[in-house]
Amino acid sequence: MFGKLSWAAVPLDQPIPMIASGLVVFAIVGIFAFVTLKGWLPYLWRDWITSVDHKRIGVMYVLLAMVMLLRGFTDAIMMRSQQALAYKGPGFLPPEHYDQIFSAHGTLMIFFVGMPFVIGLMNLIVPLQLGARDVAFPTLNSASFWLTATGALLVNISLVVGEFARTGWLPYPPLSEITYSPGVGVDYYLWALQIAGVGSLLSGVNLVTTVLKIHAPGMTYMRMPMFCWTTLASNLLIVAAFPILTATLAMLLLDRYLGFHFFTNAAGGNVMMFMNLIWAWGHPEVYILILPAFGVFSEIVSTFSGKPLFGYRSMVLATMAICILAFMVWLHHFFTMGAGADVNAVFGIATMIIAVPTGVKVFNWIFTMYGGQVVFATPMLWSIGFMVTFVIGGMTGVLLAVPPADFVLHNSLFLVAHFHNVIIGGVVFGGFAGYSYWFPKAFGFRLHEGLGKAAFWCWLVGFYLAFMPLYVLGFMGMTRRMQHYDVPAWHPWLLLAAAGAVVILVGVVFQVAQLAVSIRRRAELRDTTGDPWNGRSLEWSTASPPPPFNFGVLPHIEGGDAYWEIKQRACRQATPDDEPAYQDIEMPRNSPTGVICAFFATFAGFALVWHIWWMVAAAALGAFATFVVFAWRDRAEDVIPAAEVARIDRANRSARASA
Amino acid sequence: MARGVARLAPIALAACQPAVLDPQGVVGIAERTILIDSLAIMLAIVVPTICATLGVAWWYRATNPRARHLPDWAYSGQLELIVWAIPVLTIMLLGGVAWVGSHDLDPAKPLATRDKALNVQVVSLDWKWLFIYPDEGVASVNQLVIPVGVPVHFSLTSASVMNAFFIPQLGSMIYTMNGMATQLNLAAGAVGTYRGLSSHYSGDGFSDMHFEVRALPADGFADWIAATRKAGPALNPQSYEALSKPSTAVAPLTYRGVAPDLFTQIVTQVLPPAPGPPSATGADN
Repeated sequence: MFGKLSWAAVPLDQPIPMIASGLVVFAIVGIFAFVTLKGWLPYLWRDWITSVDHKRIGVMYVLLAMVMLLRGFTDAIMMRSQQALAYKGPGFLPPEHYDQIFSAHGTLMIFFVGMPFVIGLMNLIVPLQLGARDVAFPTLNSASFWLTATGALLVNISLVVGEFARTGWLPYPPLSEITYSPGVGVDYYLWALQIAGVGSLLSGVNLVTTVLKIHAPGMTYMRMPMFCWTTLASNLLIVAAFPILTATLAMLLLDRYLGFHFFTNAAGGNVMMFMNLIWAWGHPEVYILILPAFGVFSEIVSTFSGKPLFGYRSMVLATMAICILAFMVWLHHFFTMGAGADVNAVFGIATMIIAVPTGVKVFNWIFTMYGGQVVFATPMLWSIGFMVTFVIGGMTGVLLAVPPADFVLHNSLFLVAHFHNVIIGGVVFGGFAGYSYWFPKAFGFRLHEGLGKAAFWCWLVGFYLAFMPLYVLGFMGMTRRMQHYDVPAWHPWLLLAAAGAVVILVGVVFQVAQLAVSIRRRAELRDTTGDPWNGRSLEWSTASPPPPFNFGVLPHIEGGDAYWEIKQRACRQATPDDEPAYQDIEMPRNSPTGVICAFFATFAGFALVWHIWWMVAAAALGAFATFVVFAWRDRAEDVIPAAEVARIDRANRSARASA
Repeated sequence: MARGVARLAPIALAACQPAVLDPQGVVGIAERTILIDSLAIMLAIVVPTICATLGVAWWYRATNPRARHLPDWAYSGQLELIVWAIPVLTIMLLGGVAWVGSHDLDPAKPLATRDKALNVQVVSLDWKWLFIYPDEGVASVNQLVIPVGVPVHFSLTSASVMNAFFIPQLGSMIYTMNGMATQLNLAAGAVGTYRGLSSHYSGDGFSDMHFEVRALPADGFADWIAATRKAGPALNPQSYEALSKPSTAVAPLTYRGVAPDLFTQIVTQVLPPAPGPPSATGADN
């Protein structure tokens, strides 16, 4: 009846996961009860859960990322304390538990923090910057989000029911094959990622189409804000790379479920094929994450310097160059496989070449600040912190691209320090910069500046404290993923790294406090102008939060920095524009298709993990039926009458005129 | 906390053993040179870039009345040329280092010396290391003994999952994979005891997969071989099968004899891959 599932799957004898999951279940039940008692459920269902509005979906993506960041960061704290304690002793986490934690940490941080954070920001902002009313496929967008949430849910269910993978965040065979990992951990990993991967791929298709096809009149490609360009590059990479991930994981699933031999030791399987395939996705994935962050920084540096982005065409060229080069370097993840000098050298040099467009970007940000009037608001602090930190991470990355240097640093804590240096210093700082920059746009009030700055300084200092010691440990020959060790020289550095994690924790506490305080004081932090930072691109031309249709009348674009041009023109004319002629606007209807599909996908994933075949069939049928019902819908759009558009837009115009 | 860090700092310096930066063999020394050279080349532009970032941001702060304001300055062809040229030139230089270094230090390339290399066959097992000396006909577990100054040619494979063979103070690491043999050439330049480890995560017993490397003078090495031949069990397919079952934190041991071609039989899977964990059911940890 229930396949492999039995009460033995719940680790009742292990206090740490039991207490943690107990708290999580308690919190979820508490929030649900609170929302129900307040009578908010219908509102949440109508205006958020079933919403196909790109702004709402973007906000939910970012929210998912932040909640998962808390989970992933908890894992990080546990790993740092384990390594701080496990000198000549077992620490407090046995290997079978510690191995799950570092595997879950990497999986969560890449797939369910990094990805939803950048996809959320792109969803929220790109249609606004393009002067569009929504993304190309709004309902698909909702399905993408909910499938990503399903993946995150499955990973977290594994905490309570069964176990998570003990293979590292990329399940290298043969360790991940059924012979060496007979438990359900790897299956949780695989199905969570297969389902979330569908969401990512659909989201990529959606955003590529949006950037290429849906523009306000006059918004030519070379007038698009840099964030739109990096969104295009990142989503092109998603469309090209995620099918490789899906295929690779499908092969591993076939090995595990149906006795195939793609990557097994026996019967001619080959682990090298897995490594090549997984990194053919995995390296572009790094750029999928970092390119949108580059776009965020380009917007922020330009806005807070009060200047256009320096060398716009160079920046476009650099972005697209990175997009292409990202696919040509995957082998640098396994120089130590023994591939031979020519192969290693070619891939090493190809890797270094990516540093050229990246370096160009850094120089151009510096020249953007040159001659500007730099305002050190929170988003700008994150950006400057990024520029300094990322340059160091880039340098250590190029060092690892030199094969003979990699031969002694590969898989060491030097490597761990390097990729945290670029992921935290790049993607996470980029996410937080975008969060503080666009929060007023999404909600109509600003975040508390003081707490935001305190969070920034804690993160910055904490990052250096936590990860510079790991560089040193790499030079000392400490490899990654050690549950315990007995080398005296490593211990003080690991204590220092743990202290750094504590400083970051303080930063996280400041961020939670910032959000809570800002919501409480939203009246005094209210932004009525819709343009709190004196912005340059179109998202600032509409109200905060924007109306469902984004723009009362689609703007006509006559140059780069579209909204800046419009403001300059208005200043020159010294009279406000006449009120435009409003027209009826057709907007897509909200639809529960996405959330219902994901509901069934969750059951399908869970049932596949536990071999409950009848439930797999039922869930698959349910998801398909949902899709059929959606495909046969009679009405896809609602009309917002011109009078309603005028009423909403007049409020925005008058607020702006009085500001 | 600041005081805690201050108290730790001297201990940290006293106990500092930067293995990779303190190599004891030709390969490690060459790799350290490349590592430091590459770092120096990059620091030459990274440090000025960081200073420029902070300097420009601070000088052009909105509250600085002395800074020249250029609100529309967004393009300069000459600057663009420089901006592209600096990283290109740096990467051309580093690319040269990488090309030459990759070829000089290819792990499979025999070391440039007239001495005849010592052959050692390495098998990673769950979770220990087996070292076979095919020409001497002995073997050891979790203990590698080599003569100083003599090049050592390692052939490596894995009995089950992937691992990486790494002696930080001697240089290059290399993967071990079942059904395949990788090649590595190293040499110890000084008598001493070095730490070796697996640098690729391989499961629950991974953290204990380290071994002691003893580099002995030639006569000391000969003595060790002679002594090893006299005592301990013999390694044959039966005892290998027992050894290949998962075990953790295995104390070093030696074998007085080794069945011929044992390594080849492992690589060609005449001896089947090792079994992995005993239970193959459900969720029990």
